[in-house]
Amino acid sequence: MDAFEAIKATFFQECDELLADLEQKLMLLEQGQTDLETINAVFRAVHSVKGGAGAFGLEDLVRFAHVFETLMDELRAGRKPCDPVTIKTLLRASDVLADHIQAAQGLAPAVDEARSAGLVAELEMLTHGGEAPVVVEAEEDDFGFTPMAFDMPLELPDISAAVEPASGWRIVFRPHGRMYASANETGLLLRELARLGPTTVALDEGGVPMLESLNVEDGCLTWTVELSAAVDEAAVREVFDFVEADCDLTITPLDAAGLARVFEDEPPAVLPASDDLDIAALLAKATAVAEPVPALQPITPQPVAPEPAPVVSAPPQSVAPAPAAAPAAPAPVTIRVDLDRVDRLINVVGELVIQQAMLSQRVLESGLARSSGIALGMEDLELLTREIQDSVMAIRAQPVKSVFQRMPRLVREVADMVSKQVRLVTAGEDTEVDKTVVERLAEPITHMLRNAIDHGLETPEERLAAGKPAEGVVRLAALHRSGRIVIEISDDGRGINRERVRKIAVDKGLIAADAVLTDEQTDNLIFLPGFSTAAVVSDISGRGVGMDVVKRSIQALGGRISISSVPGKGSTFTLSLPLTLAVLDGMVVTAAEQTLITPLPTIVESLTPQAADLHHVGGVDPVIRFRDRFLPLIDVALTLGFRDTPMSPTDGVAVVVETEGGQQAALLFEAIQGQRQVVIKSLETNYQPVEGVAAATILGDGRVALILDVDVLVTDMRRKSLRPDFKLAS
Amino acid sequence: MTEANDSRELIAFRIGSQEFCVDIMSVREIRGWTPATPLPRSPGYMKGVINLRGTVLPIIDLGARFGLETSEPTARHVIMVAHIGGRMVGLLVDAVSDILQMSDAAVQPTPDVASDRVKTFVKGIFSIDGRMISLIDLEHILPQVEAEAA
Repeated sequence: MDAFEAIKATFFQECDELLADLEQKLMLLEQGQTDLETINAVFRAVHSVKGGAGAFGLEDLVRFAHVFETLMDELRAGRKPCDPVTIKTLLRASDVLADHIQAAQGLAPAVDEARSAGLVAELEMLTHGGEAPVVVEAEEDDFGFTPMAFDMPLELPDISAAVEPASGWRIVFRPHGRMYASANETGLLLRELARLGPTTVALDEGGVPMLESLNVEDGCLTWTVELSAAVDEAAVREVFDFVEADCDLTITPLDAAGLARVFEDEPPAVLPASDDLDIAALLAKATAVAEPVPALQPITPQPVAPEPAPVVSAPPQSVAPAPAAAPAAPAPVTIRVDLDRVDRLINVVGELVIQQAMLSQRVLESGLARSSGIALGMEDLELLTREIQDSVMAIRAQPVKSVFQRMPRLVREVADMVSKQVRLVTAGEDTEVDKTVVERLAEPITHMLRNAIDHGLETPEERLAAGKPAEGVVRLAALHRSGRIVIEISDDGRGINRERVRKIAVDKGLIAADAVLTDEQTDNLIFLPGFSTAAVVSDISGRGVGMDVVKRSIQALGGRISISSVPGKGSTFTLSLPLTLAVLDGMVVTAAEQTLITPLPTIVESLTPQAADLHHVGGVDPVIRFRDRFLPLIDVALTLGFRDTPMSPTDGVAVVVETEGGQQAALLFEAIQGQRQVVIKSLETNYQPVEGVAAATILGDGRVALILDVDVLVTDMRRKSLRPDFKLAS
Repeated sequence: MTEANDSRELIAFRIGSQEFCVDIMSVREIRGWTPATPLPRSPGYMKGVINLRGTVLPIIDLGARFGLETSEPTARHVIMVAHIGGRMVGLLVDAVSDILQMSDAAVQPTPDVASDRVKTFVKGIFSIDGRMISLIDLEHILPQVEAEAA
């Protein structure tokens, strides 16, 4: 990647952040927080996108951003009201802006021209308001957008043409240090001005302090430019568009006599104001002077020189010292790091943790006294290793905001498509979770939000008939719960129609016609592969891939999904995911001489089975009495095939576990070794998924231990017991 | 089967009384046998997984994979860590015997005497000093592992 491409990539990264910011601020506006600061923030975001896009010559993007920005400017000046209609348009405009950015990035096909042009027209209509709307509104319904897009800009100059343009402009321009810090160059700005017409440039270096009190990062130079061309003030202002906030700028019209006055006012050290002095030639000259090597020796005791710009003693053509004086960028608060590097670091630290544990064990085995220097050193090393690991993991922790922020747009679009009124409420955006988890949340959340809107919510008419407000509410919330992140997606719609779900399941042969299922089991039928309740396959959901896909992608993350639904009141889907995919608290157990890890969050209790508590259902399947309930007793080694014959339960330890779906079961092991935090190693990296095993880890002795997939172990057993009437199609 | 460079280095190893070889470029390292953690419900030739400096490395008993007679691995057995299709896999063999320089022209087609299973993995055979060495195509080892174990 060449340097230019690299900068471009950075620009697009920034665009993502700006868009996220834009979306967030627009949401605030939508919620009624229409204060100036919020409007300004929106303006700045759009403005920055436009600025960057201009630098890369992304014409379409610039054009769209410009229209967007113009409206924002009107809003921020208070010339146009920030009413709900406007905000709705702004929201849609931000979607199109995102499309433009995607297209510019080459990530998406070209932007839907009609849509873009339509929005441009809408934005411009809002910008100019007043006389046009009545006419325009009539056209609006007839798809009159596209022509409008071309009409409106023509109208704009007409309106402003009413203002008598001055015969020239006098521009006093004093850049602040900040302007240079953001890599703007005075020379370029002056060149832009020169394009508008003949200019005379005068430099006032009177503001330059004595060398000892000079801060090179301050801007101390003032330029006075006299532009003798009858152009619009806006055109002049546009030159300073991107630096306006970082400089003192006064633009005053020049009358015929003004010319003379400028010269009178001029400070003594001026550029020879000869009109024939071509600004471009001047710049070329000045740049040549600013070139460090030839310019080194002209540094003289004359105390006017900004240090990095050894130009001042050179003849008066000192227009260009400013660019050279651009100071280093201010210290950044954050840095961008390639994710690969972080991952590499995490991997290495993971290995360090294992190696440290192995070393500790070796030291212990060597029989050194616990108080020996080596043993004490090992303890410190262990603490340090933990700390390094925690810090490294923290690098990857990210708020789920980045995913949640993409959702309002999705909700708007889906709601439009199915003609429903939807309000998205989000909570807990700041909940942090490992980056890999964050990244992989987007897809299932997207899917479930679509489902909630498409299937969950009723049409406005149905809602009104049911005595609910026409606008449905979809809630997306994230929270931490017992070492996991929980994502809840709930709607206040019609809830799951259990009869229909059951009928479909029977029709599709997913369950037997006479199967006896609890409500919960019925709800869970929608997760079966090949199940889709949409009577009509719609564009949004029900493309044949359904909730089973969601369930699988969640399970791949070590997460679980569950539903609760109240007919007529709505449904809640709950996703529970580990905070990180890298470490896990586990109980170390032994089964058939193998060391296994049971994830601690699944464990309810452990107990020693008593003969009196053991029973067999139908004389076959063992169950254990636990607090007056009978739980299936699963001989893990037998289930996993490590042993051919069942062990005697009274010789072992039973660990009561609970699955994400709330089912309890007792896992039978030979012994419990203890509890420890383990680093999760995927089996899939070099092998493939193994049923009943969630992942692997490396123990202190350097051996690999398997981490049990409790849900699969438990449901596996259930499946067996349900088999006669509960056939799983897979 | 022509390559830009028609001479290449092969690493030869022994399983029982038979000799095989693979392209040396696909072998990352060779290490002694360490007891592996068995994987549940896996085919017989999957000896389990071991820890290779923090990486979980699946171990395939190459002899069993070929359908040959195998015995319990001992400390004298050798694991060749190979890179196959983006994955790291340990191949359990009896011993590594030689590094050979071989031109592709010397490869003879597999004669019709080897067992069907061996033929699946053998690209061809060499003759060196009267010994017969079978050239193994590692690409065929893993995808079929998946297919059979799934």
